[in-house]
Amino acid sequence: AFKAAVLIQQWYRRHVARLEMRRRCTWRIFQSIEYACEQDQIQLHNFFSYLMDQFTPRSNKERDFISRMFISGESYKEAELEKYCDYESIEVPDSYTGPRLSFPLLPEHATALLEAFQQKQQLHARYILNLLHETRKHLKQLPNISHVSTCYSEEVTVCGDLHGQLDDLFFIFYKNGLPSPSKSYVFNGDFVDRGKQSLEVLVILFTFLLIYPKEVHLNRGNHEDHMVNLRYGFTKEVMQKYKVHGKKILKMFQNVFCWLPLGTLIDQKVLIIHGGISDTTDLDMLEKIQRDKFISVLRMKKRKESSRKPEIQAINGESKSGTDAAGTEAAPRFSLQLQSAQAPSTANRLEFSRWLRQTVQEQIDTCRRLVDISESEPEELTYSSMVSLKDVDEPCWTRQEEWKQILDILWSDPMPQEGCRENKVRGGGCYFGPDVTEKFLEKYSLQFLIRSHECKQEGYEFCHNRKVLTIFSASNYYEIGSNRGAYVKLGPDLIPHFVQYQANKAAHMLTMTQRQDIPESAFRALREKLFAHTSALISAFKAYDEGNTGRITLSNWATAVESVLRLGLPWRMLRPQLVRSTEDGMLEYKSWLDDLAMEQRSQEHIQSSLLEVIYRNRSNLETIFRIIDRDHSGLISFEEFQQTWKLFSSHMNVEVTDDGINDLVRSIDFNKDGNIDFNEFLEAFRLVKQCP
Amino acid sequence: LVAEIEKKVIEAFEVFDREANKTVDIREIGCIVRSLGCFPTEAELQELLAQIEVEEPGGFVHLEQFLPVMTKVLLERRFRPIPEDVILHAFEALDENKCGYITKEDLVKHLTEG
Repeated sequence: AFKAAVLIQQWYRRHVARLEMRRRCTWRIFQSIEYACEQDQIQLHNFFSYLMDQFTPRSNKERDFISRMFISGESYKEAELEKYCDYESIEVPDSYTGPRLSFPLLPEHATALLEAFQQKQQLHARYILNLLHETRKHLKQLPNISHVSTCYSEEVTVCGDLHGQLDDLFFIFYKNGLPSPSKSYVFNGDFVDRGKQSLEVLVILFTFLLIYPKEVHLNRGNHEDHMVNLRYGFTKEVMQKYKVHGKKILKMFQNVFCWLPLGTLIDQKVLIIHGGISDTTDLDMLEKIQRDKFISVLRMKKRKESSRKPEIQAINGESKSGTDAAGTEAAPRFSLQLQSAQAPSTANRLEFSRWLRQTVQEQIDTCRRLVDISESEPEELTYSSMVSLKDVDEPCWTRQEEWKQILDILWSDPMPQEGCRENKVRGGGCYFGPDVTEKFLEKYSLQFLIRSHECKQEGYEFCHNRKVLTIFSASNYYEIGSNRGAYVKLGPDLIPHFVQYQANKAAHMLTMTQRQDIPESAFRALREKLFAHTSALISAFKAYDEGNTGRITLSNWATAVESVLRLGLPWRMLRPQLVRSTEDGMLEYKSWLDDLAMEQRSQEHIQSSLLEVIYRNRSNLETIFRIIDRDHSGLISFEEFQQTWKLFSSHMNVEVTDDGINDLVRSIDFNKDGNIDFNEFLEAFRLVKQCP
Repeated sequence: LVAEIEKKVIEAFEVFDREANKTVDIREIGCIVRSLGCFPTEAELQELLAQIEVEEPGGFVHLEQFLPVMTKVLLERRFRPIPEDVILHAFEALDENKCGYITKEDLVKHLTEG
């Protein structure tokens, strides 16, 4: 009988191990795809550089179209903002049954909102705008780094990324209690994007912020940035929920996000920032920067007047990067602004570039637009001229250095190795090692850092010898069951206590078979990626197939796939899920790739190379469309669509005929007067799993 | 063939390598060995671990030590899977009441009192 038991134990342990391996592989897949997507930002930057440096527009129309892409969202002075985003003129109909807010806000308003959102009600646009105006007024008074003391409220609760997952926020409040004079909270950024209830999360956080200003603290995250929102869903969510007033609401959010504090300091001992630090992070500088000047951290502010010349060089050298003062590769900057009025004949490329530079110079008097400020302050002084003015003590760092400080705080990640290097994966911030942490903590007499920004399976994770704590509050971030969320409580002893959760009842009750479905979606995403690289894969496979037999060994398959996709995944472990049938350990790669293609809906009539380009660049395309769609209607004209295609495909070196584009467009229903709903268009190109 | 096996071992190892520094916690070794298709008993696993040098303190296993040992295991085809009829037999032997299942407590009892 003992023998039998041992056998069963053997079998069982193997089963559990297999599941565990599956789970970790799935996690890896999601993570590497997420980071690869962030790499797309860099690609986008390259595209814009290409447009500026190499592309020769063949017509005035094309040139106008391109310059429109570079014109930033309009920036508003304070008075203009109040006028444009005015809410008082908005009538709230009697039929509206949602919560009605009046200011100053009271705890009853918060409870009403919580209940309303639980019932899936929507707050009227007027109240949202009102709330945003009040929030902005409040945030403006706050310093860049908030100071919290544990002697007022015994405990501080710190939460990480929420990413629009309202259920998680509800759970935290349910389990930990609502914010109150005896319950302090710090929310460490990334409230929006990806999840579907970013708006509701923000409304609740801002409401509590206004009701309990001493107890509730919000830090800015890298997603509190409208350039990021364009890509990751917040913009879309707002426009879908508020068709009439969405644009105003978005404009207000832009002007609220930039006023969010950059960090929080507890008892002068624990620093809480969203991303991390770098070896140049300077708290004194951070405290003095005018943080609202950086509406989007993804755009570099241009210096003016006397610093014009280096500026021009910077524009040109951008695609090669490394030209900025700090010597690190900067996050994508494409905020060059042009006035489309008087362009020269666009006969040759040199002319065009020269015209670009000239126009930039000519824009100096409207530099307010260039720099995207929301206030009408005399920003015109460069720092070098400031030094000669008065206070010689006045710090004379450059706008560029300020920008890098903020970028590092919001985008960096810790790494196990020592040192500090650029974060090429994200395209912004850096990777910082334990030595950087040590030096930083010592310099400012801190005990440890709390940051978020990275999803962790257990909701939290220590690193750097327990000196850096990552806290992540969005459970089931990649998929149901993928990870727990967590929050951390600190008392006067500053010893962290964690609470973990998974805010989805379904996750607890998943049966064994249901748990198998989780890896399924990860593999679906992988298959889509593989399909998107069909041509490159075929070339790679052919290289291993000398006899041109159409088959390769599984070992070579794995090597080839990694060389094309570069996701750093364990392909040999994943093979059973990706490759169904093999013969004698050899794979017929053509038919395997064809099977992958079969999984999509009937798009066969579209040129396959075009399809590939779409799949590979879908998120970039989406971002570009959103930039073009300046009134956020979700629609662009057929002509704009065509032009975007032409530009993009010439950059990607793909042959595209007018017929090819027409086929593309015809593949989706569009009957909106020559306008294309690009959401529909992009949806049509998602791989759909074939029904078994 | 050896190269291919080594690649497999490295891949499996790296999935559990949290800090990307070529080490894993010793407690994960069992998982890694099993997900490579082996069915060792606990005793066999301990023997295997004894062959691998473990870095003290902390109990970490380095890829360099693990790779040759594991490769040998796979080449020699040790710890082969248990055939289905055998495992079924094992269940039936313990399932005295013939109810079609055994409880965790039963299993524990047999393992500890065996």
